[in-house]
Amino acid sequence: MKNLKKTTKVDFATYIGVTLAFLIVSVLQGRDMLTNAMASWLVPVCCFIVMAVSLNLVVGISGELSLGHAGFMSIGAFSGIVASMSLSEAIPLAPLRLAVAMVVGAACAAVAGFLIGIPVLRLRGDYLAIVTLAFGQIIKDLITCLLVGYDKRGLHFVFNLDGLRSVNDLHLEEGGVAIIKGAQGAVGVTKLASFPAGYILVMIALVVVLNMIRSRTGRAIMACRDNRIAAESVGINVTKYKMIAFVVSAALAGAAGALFGLSYSGLASSRFDFNTSIMVLVYVVLGGLGNIWGSVIGAAVLYILPEALREFADYRMLIYAIVLILVMLATNNDQLKALVGRIIPRRKEAETNG
Amino acid sequence: MVFFSYLISGISLGSVYAIIALGYTMVYGIAKMLNFAHGDVIMVGGYICYCAMTYLGLPAIASILLSMVVCTVLGVVIEGLAYRPLRQAGSLAVLITAIGVSYFLQNAAQLIWGVTPKIFTSAVSFPLPQGLTDLGISSEAIVTVVSCVVIMIALTLFVNHTRMGKAMRACSEDKGAAQLMGINVNRTISVTFAIGSALAAIAGVLLCSSYTTLMPTTGSMPGIKAFTAAVFGGIGSIPGAFIGGLLLGIIEAMAKAYISTNLANAIVFAVLIVVLLVRPSGLLGKYVPEKV
Repeated sequence: MKNLKKTTKVDFATYIGVTLAFLIVSVLQGRDMLTNAMASWLVPVCCFIVMAVSLNLVVGISGELSLGHAGFMSIGAFSGIVASMSLSEAIPLAPLRLAVAMVVGAACAAVAGFLIGIPVLRLRGDYLAIVTLAFGQIIKDLITCLLVGYDKRGLHFVFNLDGLRSVNDLHLEEGGVAIIKGAQGAVGVTKLASFPAGYILVMIALVVVLNMIRSRTGRAIMACRDNRIAAESVGINVTKYKMIAFVVSAALAGAAGALFGLSYSGLASSRFDFNTSIMVLVYVVLGGLGNIWGSVIGAAVLYILPEALREFADYRMLIYAIVLILVMLATNNDQLKALVGRIIPRRKEAETNG
Repeated sequence: MVFFSYLISGISLGSVYAIIALGYTMVYGIAKMLNFAHGDVIMVGGYICYCAMTYLGLPAIASILLSMVVCTVLGVVIEGLAYRPLRQAGSLAVLITAIGVSYFLQNAAQLIWGVTPKIFTSAVSFPLPQGLTDLGISSEAIVTVVSCVVIMIALTLFVNHTRMGKAMRACSEDKGAAQLMGINVNRTISVTFAIGSALAAIAGVLLCSSYTTLMPTTGSMPGIKAFTAAVFGGIGSIPGAFIGGLLLGIIEAMAKAYISTNLANAIVFAVLIVVLLVRPSGLLGKYVPEKV
């Protein structure tokens, strides 16, 4: 163990930590020690951990502020739902269908990520951020206009541009189902998602992202973040590496979206709005930029915190907001940092302040 | 004639966006931060005016002034408590804090005033001659457009011709150098927030006067749109925010009228993307080349 690099140790600790958490929660669930409310958090927590890890790849590792991450989740969710509903006869085995749905969700989101990445990555800084925000909104609005149905002849799409069309315009044959009904979103979805599937997705996301960061590609991406001009001058294709980070992140978000979509019986596209993107960004920043296990913990804690505060009903989001502000103030307070530094001697000061 | 009335509603909506965008752009230009809580200050402004008119029975002008005063104080307090301690921190830390403030304002408003929408009686309504109302011109539209133009001109004069305006320009150029020249940077930023928040209050009253409903989330979408408008015109530029806001409002009204109500927002954002691809720093923004 001593010969391992420090980063390798941290990575393994992350895998082991996630696995332990999964095992403990599974045992608790098996013994009925979780309330129904708690059990209902499990799959969304996994989805948002994957969202946070994938967003960290863009914001922390690649250094580009993205405010539209929920858009990819949305694409993944709805394409995953369509895939799973339309394949329900072709693939009767539920776990396999879930896996196929997640792959379809990831693929659709990756394609969208690539198409969006072409214009987005030409911009810098806050301009890039606003364009990702714009794409997030556009995706949400487009899905609100979308009607999708399935019958024996295959999939039918209608684009509800004028707001006057309804499910009848899909002209479904008898026995056909309308999968996505515009603003209502997807209804009557067969719930396929399970906690083990969520755990597997989290592990896949961690393996993909951590291995990527520690590879040549990851170092190139970080070089572009730290100094674009220097990276260019040593022959790194900046756009290519930023695009890799962006597309991988979109694909993971799409898979998370598919899992999320298949854990509810109904889902509207307004669920994936600007606030969802911001929520994931908060997980990433509080977990630590560029710090993958930080994102895992940040997402888990910050997703559960407002849910657990439900007994405070109206006050919970107020408390959440105050905690958020106080944490940001405390972690950026020089005196407090110096105090912590004296108590716990740090190996080195964090240098990620750019 | 129908086209004309759509154009009027677009200009009126655009003027509200422009007023909000002016606040955004000033804060961004000087503090270099995206103040996501700006949209919620608009909402607070609307509620204060509503309460002053309904519960206190104040006349409209007094209510608007009261709401401006409250929002100004609110803006300065937010800046002092939440943003000032983070002056040296990274931009993301400030962004997240701004989001925290935005959540805080929305939820506090929800606790105080409840989720059910309030019906806002127009604060700026006056009788118009028949000829104008036939054209689809409302008194709210006139007041909105006039106040937007007045505010834009006043702000330009203020920034270019007063000592405080000069201090603001200096801070936006280089905070360190400004401090060395004896400018109180913190005070300058506070004044900027005060002006931005007062503008937000005006925008809130005008917005609610035209759209008559008021909810804790009333401010967030106009906030995002105005932010888009500020970027559209080149963030940090006062005439840019004005032009960006107007164009955005007109595009939105036209898209709603002639293409699709559902997709109006998407079309606005698509236009923004196209503009940014052609001019990466907005219509009137300064292009700052990267240095080694």
